[in-house]
Amino acid sequence: MRIRDHAHLSDEALVALVARSDQGALAELYDRVGGVAYGLAYRVLRDESLAEDAVQEAFLGLWRAAATFIPERAKASSWILTLVHRRAVDLVRREERRRSEPLEVVPEATTGSAEESAWLHLERERVQHALRRLPDQQREAIELAYYGGFTQSELAERLGQPLGTIKSRMFSGLARLRELLDEGAEKDAWTTTTS
Amino acid sequence: MDNHYELTAAYSLDALDGLERERYEGHLATCEECREELASFWAVSGALAHAAGGPAPPPALRARILAQARSERPNVVPLRPRWALPAAASVAAVAAVLALGLGLWGSSLSRELDRERTAQASVAEAVAIVTDPRARTVPFAGADGHVVITSTGNAAVVLSGLARAPEGKTYALWVIADGIAHPAGLFDGSDSRLVQKLSRSVPDEATVAVTLEDEGGVPAPTGAPLFQSLIV
Repeated sequence: MRIRDHAHLSDEALVALVARSDQGALAELYDRVGGVAYGLAYRVLRDESLAEDAVQEAFLGLWRAAATFIPERAKASSWILTLVHRRAVDLVRREERRRSEPLEVVPEATTGSAEESAWLHLERERVQHALRRLPDQQREAIELAYYGGFTQSELAERLGQPLGTIKSRMFSGLARLRELLDEGAEKDAWTTTTS
Repeated sequence: MDNHYELTAAYSLDALDGLERERYEGHLATCEECREELASFWAVSGALAHAAGGPAPPPALRARILAQARSERPNVVPLRPRWALPAAASVAAVAAVLALGLGLWGSSLSRELDRERTAQASVAEAVAIVTDPRARTVPFAGADGHVVITSTGNAAVVLSGLARAPEGKTYALWVIADGIAHPAGLFDGSDSRLVQKLSRSVPDEATVAVTLEDEGGVPAPTGAPLFQSLIV
């Protein structure tokens, strides 16, 4: 098999090829998203084999159902990551192994090329930077929910706040994060505007 | 009354419990605005995934996923033992996300408001079969799609690129076992992508076929199949 002969294709084009049972396309998608997917699953689950399960299930779902994926609805990579996250959260709740402390520093996850590693590194920095700019309480709610797997009711109890407060912190935090990420994307965009 | 924007945010972070999630997905089936908001929040949670900072996956995981994809045939499923235990609930949960990602809510569901609950449940069932890690997949010959069969014989078809059935006609699904065709459901082909559970189980050595019939369906096929699956 040729190596990375799908490297020039978009994620969405790869999903279309996966729908035609193209294993090379599945491999390429794994190379692009698998590292982030596993890192995410591990952050939630703190267990290697459970994290592998979550990733494997998401890619299996992709393999079988890619024919029905609608690119206009979602980016292929966020779709895969959403599948992985949902599975990880369900597992962590069932296994009662939720942790809220941050991860020890680990080498960055890479499964793809040097260019992709560089891009992933920048993306990670960009999102972490945006997260740091959130008000503490919003960041805390988002991190405990997304990386810790806590439900909003559990968060209310854990943080000693009314449920409504937690809901509003998550919403405001996500909305703010969306702005910050958009802003960052605009600032980074190539532009010749000087006015 | 619940603020749906807040629920959408919580849902995109997977911060709802099982019941809340189910209710919200029910709402999502009827609310295009929330679906759009969700797509935008999913982009943010996707960004959060990039900042998770976990370790790199073991190299064997890639090989195992590819081997599994390659081996989508009966009795050759190189899964680790843990896969013998997935809870039905978790499969259904993944199925719901998958259905959303696939836009199934947008296509087949919102059109059928009064039957939305039933339709939602049956799509969720079909997608649960499709994502069952122990299920196997058999391609159709002559069409773009396949049949997915669970270990208990429950089956769903995934088809794309079919033309809509002509006026007054319907596509009919058949399970052919021991030379006899048993009716297994109808569809009109109005969705360019179809994920549908078969109304009967599929035994070993059977095939699944599709014919074009008069609207309302018939007890036995009236002509040769348009296409059929390989032997299950």
